[in-house]
Amino acid sequence: MDTAADVEARLPIRSDMDLAWVRQHVRQAATRVGFGLVDQTKLVTAASELARNTLVHGGGGVLETTRVTAADGTAGLRLTFSDEGPGIPDLERALSDGYTSGDGLGMGLGGSRRLVHDFEVDSTPGAGTTVRVTSWVSRPVRPRGGG
Amino acid sequence: MPEHEADTTHSTPAREVGDFLRRRREQIAQRWADEPLFRTVFTVSRDEAVDAGRVIVDALAQVADAQRIEDPDAAGFTGVREQLARMGAARSRAGLSTTQVSSELAALLPPVENLLVADLEQEDSERRRECAIALSVLMGTLRLVTMQTALSENQALIDRQRLQLLEVATPVIKLWDGIVAVPLIGTLDSARSQVVMETLLDAVVDQHARFAILDITGVPTVDSLVAQHLMKTVAAARLMGAECVVSGIRPAIAQTIVHLGLDLGTVKTRASLADALGYCLNELGANIVNAPAEGAVRR
Ligand SMILES: Nc1ncnc2c1ncn2[C@@H]1O[C@H](COP(=O)(O)OP(=O)(O)O)[C@@H](O)[C@H]1O
Ligand SMILES: [Mg+2]
Repeated sequence: MDTAADVEARLPIRSDMDLAWVRQHVRQAATRVGFGLVDQTKLVTAASELARNTLVHGGGGVLETTRVTAADGTAGLRLTFSDEGPGIPDLERALSDGYTSGDGLGMGLGGSRRLVHDFEVDSTPGAGTTVRVTSWVSRPVRPRGGG
Repeated sequence: MPEHEADTTHSTPAREVGDFLRRRREQIAQRWADEPLFRTVFTVSRDEAVDAGRVIVDALAQVADAQRIEDPDAAGFTGVREQLARMGAARSRAGLSTTQVSSELAALLPPVENLLVADLEQEDSERRRECAIALSVLMGTLRLVTMQTALSENQALIDRQRLQLLEVATPVIKLWDGIVAVPLIGTLDSARSQVVMETLLDAVVDQHARFAILDITGVPTVDSLVAQHLMKTVAAARLMGAECVVSGIRPAIAQTIVHLGLDLGTVKTRASLADALGYCLNELGANIVNAPAEGAVRR
């Protein structure tokens, strides 16, 4: 089995059903890359927030997942959400806790930034939004990390 | 060459196939009745299978006459669509894969093709080839119609099951007089949250519950939407006079909720369902402690 294919994927985000696939895929990919339960849960939750933003605010789009390796050899997982929706006119405000242009809790964007290691937003009003997040597998604390 | 024969030569291959189907209707229906698709679906009597075959041959002839052999939406198929769907569905239920059903349908072509070749022996080889192609296109379309209908049947089945799951997956359990619990399992999308809320509120009213426990041990991801749904449910239950306790927040999820910045401050939480029940019983305390005592007094 090619494990790269289990991690690297391009998933459509067009419906609620797709959000379920996104969560499932990210969980599986995070496991393969070597994330522990807590980090896995954080990444899946961030993915759930960002994918829902892509769907609800961006009018749908895609998620690309890639395996990345840091200079020191640390393994990571990068998630890139992109849409061709209205874009985010005021990023600072969008990132602030509690701000929503809809009827959400307004915690998704700022919250997912806290759940991952690297967080980048590239948004052009009228052209779309790309949110790229990366998390790195922390060094195993268990003495016998044989997996 | 007599005039009427010249006419036949000039009719299109599709029309000629239509004439052939009407001419050989009986033989085709008889042969089909022995094919697996008919034999296994119409098990009561062979006559039934032959009848069904005749109806399909008639439909095919009508489609051929209308020169619509490539069109799955041709009017000729309308009358047999339901029957084809039932046949396809019966085979699926018997455990056949879509591919297997499709090849059973494909198996209907050879018996008809043999008859056609025999009938057209007098014609030139080019004409025979054209008619054979027209027939095989027509049978391909029949296959498409059946598969399309079977697929939409499947979609309807999935929708039904999804609806059932919505209902089945939210049982309200009465744990004690005045205490109900809902174990939540799976994805709490908006539709499910709505069902959960309604079911829970109904139970609160019906059972005069003072406490409702929402156990989320089986919910794999708690994001801001799930949290919002939970808080709405808690607020609604409160309006009905019941206090909600959310239990089963696993450590990884608790940490994630904190990083996400969600404030569940207004919601009472307990680690496990047992802890939540303990809390509720404690709150109802007086009654429980008094219950055996009352019994003792009555003696
Ligand atoms: N992909 C996107 N396209 C356009 N606007 C977005 C996108 N993602 C987020 N936003 C904007 O940022 C706001 C805050 O997002 P978020 O913190 O997830 O809160 P919520 O989704 O609950 O509104 C949204 O209300 C929306 O206005
Ligand atoms: Mg959001």
